Amino acid sequence: MIKKILIIIFTTYALTVNVIASDDGELILKKNDPAEIEDCSENFNRATFKFNKALDGIIFQPIASVYRKLPSPAKTGVSNSLENISHLVTVPNNLIQGDFKQAGVNTGRFLVNTTIGVLGFFDVAQHLGLTGFEKEDYGQSLATLGVGPGCYIVLPILGPSTARDTVGSTLNFFGGDPWYNVTVRNDTQYFNEANYYSSKGVSGVDFRAKNFDSIENLEKNSLDFYASVKSLYLQDRQQRILNTKKIIDTQDDSDWEEISQ
Amino acid sequence: MKIKKIVVVVFLYLFNYNYSYSIEPEIFVQSTVNRASKILSESISKEKKMDELKLIAKETVDIRGIGFYTLGSVRKTLNDDQKKRYAILFEEYFLKSFSSRLAEYTNPEIDVQSKEILSENYTIVNSILKGTAERPEVKIDWRIYTKNPENPLIRDLIIEGLSLARTQKEEFSSILNSNDDDINALFKTLEEFSKN
Repeated sequence: MIKKILIIIFTTYALTVNVIASDDGELILKKNDPAEIEDCSENFNRATFKFNKALDGIIFQPIASVYRKLPSPAKTGVSNSLENISHLVTVPNNLIQGDFKQAGVNTGRFLVNTTIGVLGFFDVAQHLGLTGFEKEDYGQSLATLGVGPGCYIVLPILGPSTARDTVGSTLNFFGGDPWYNVTVRNDTQYFNEANYYSSKGVSGVDFRAKNFDSIENLEKNSLDFYASVKSLYLQDRQQRILNTKKIIDTQDDSDWEEISQ
Repeated sequence: MKIKKIVVVVFLYLFNYNYSYSIEPEIFVQSTVNRASKILSESISKEKKMDELKLIAKETVDIRGIGFYTLGSVRKTLNDDQKKRYAILFEEYFLKSFSSRLAEYTNPEIDVQSKEILSENYTIVNSILKGTAERPEVKIDWRIYTKNPENPLIRDLIIEGLSLARTQKEEFSSILNSNDDDINALFKTLEEFSKN
């Protein structure tokens, strides 16, 4: 088991371009700058993107269009339940990133919402002051440890990623995700594989429904939809890795000032 | 003595003039949003809404600035004729794209919440697009160019931390990269978008 994890970590280092560990925020910012991330297999990525788009049109888009018509309390409850499950990956990553305070808050949130909140359907914890939940994953943790993103990749069904984030995701299947462990990996009498895969499927539909208009609008008004999605994904990852909502780019005034003259 | 009085009067006049015409960025954003919301809630055709939204965009957005920012370093290689052509094509593209995106919303409610002065030239205005039964609440930040306080201009919209100007810049860069940095390929793409 430990051997497998070590192999994955080693592979991450081999895949990524820059492996010098650093806690320097500026360096992490630069490494994860979307403009610096190479699209090494653009033709393959574009083909996969096309496949995913077709799949979306056949499966996710029609289901999401029905799902978004459900009453708001039902949708909020489903979102809450999915978010509650994601605490199981977020907490270990809070710890890896040294954010012990948020790890404590998120553990409290999970315990309260799973019990009093009826398996996470109701976010009771927020009323007890346990707020500030932000999803964390192994890709983000590797980034904060100084691992560069490597190439941009579009994965079949799963969508946009980077070499580092893909390796980070595979850690979930090697013991890093307690939800996967109790549903798929271990034979427990309470859960089975269907619970895991259905939660992932519903998560995809929930995301698609929340962003239904935005995605349709973006596609309709993009000159290059693939490039737009890539830019938005990489910007979002950069924000998540830095745990900031601050505006990172277009603050380089020299670029604008030259234009103004 | 008389000259001194005149100087004082002129100074006071100029002071009042500047004071009365400078527009606070957050008021500028809220008033722009209110104008757009009013149009979107009217019972008129989508085409009419788009025409009126285009007028608002022309007044309040630094379209030329965004256009050349979006072009990236390629702008330095353009001659004057190409720059003129690009400015015209970009404006047509921007106005169509902008108005088409907005026209999908019916009566959006945006509340300006706070502002952050970045420098003498830039202020970020923070706002919230209120959620509806079909979509969650959305955080929108407006990057306002305030070099001329009497005429602030929008230079970027940052939706949930994602910059639209940056996204557009990377989209244009992708088109140029796929065509050996040939600006004519971008011109063609912009023309086709505006015609369709």
